[in-house]
Amino acid sequence: MIITLTDQPFEPGALVTAFCADRQETGAVATFVGLARAEKGAATALELEAYPGFTDSAITTIAQAAVARFALQDVHIVHRVGRIAPGEAIVFVATAAAHRREAFEACDHLMDYLKSRAPFWKKEHGPDGPRWIEPTARDRTDAQRWDQET
Amino acid sequence: MAKVLLFGRLADQAGWRQREVDASDLATLRASLADTDPALGEALVAAGVQVAVDKTIVRGDIALTAATEVAFLPPMSGG
Repeated sequence: MIITLTDQPFEPGALVTAFCADRQETGAVATFVGLARAEKGAATALELEAYPGFTDSAITTIAQAAVARFALQDVHIVHRVGRIAPGEAIVFVATAAAHRREAFEACDHLMDYLKSRAPFWKKEHGPDGPRWIEPTARDRTDAQRWDQET
Repeated sequence: MAKVLLFGRLADQAGWRQREVDASDLATLRASLADTDPALGEALVAAGVQVAVDKTIVRGDIALTAATEVAFLPPMSGG
């Protein structure tokens, strides 16, 4: 399991290739890549703040729980921090399991968690100045789906 | 002296991200911050703001020691 916070742009394809390498018993790898949107010019950059030592350990905890819940063989999460330009990848999640259902569901579950419960603070810069983005009602209900199913 | 950290909009509002505050418990620390900046004092008790002491989320009052790190965390949003 690898959890990485980075202030550098990353190439998702290279991460998928590396994640899939040398697997004899993995039947399914599911991946998700989140990109920064330009919002038709309203967003010139995103700025993501983390709390070093707290954010990474919180993500590690939820990833470990996902491994147990979905019988995952492996997880790789990369999350950008700092300033991110439109079109750049913000987040990468890869899950490996014996079968596809577990891999898909774990990937979905991890993203719902990252959107609403992981300790990041997101600021959008635009022509009208910066504004802080907080989780939407949709983000919260998406994450709650998994609470009800446990 | 506890090390106080502010994140997200709280840091923007206060105009600082890190400060040493002399307080033996969390309630005293909140009062001290509110004393110098009443608007910040209110923001710190607003709904959705969590407190982490030495990187663990706490609720209610808690004793602070010299090297304690107290972080105020507004609602979180990643991805």
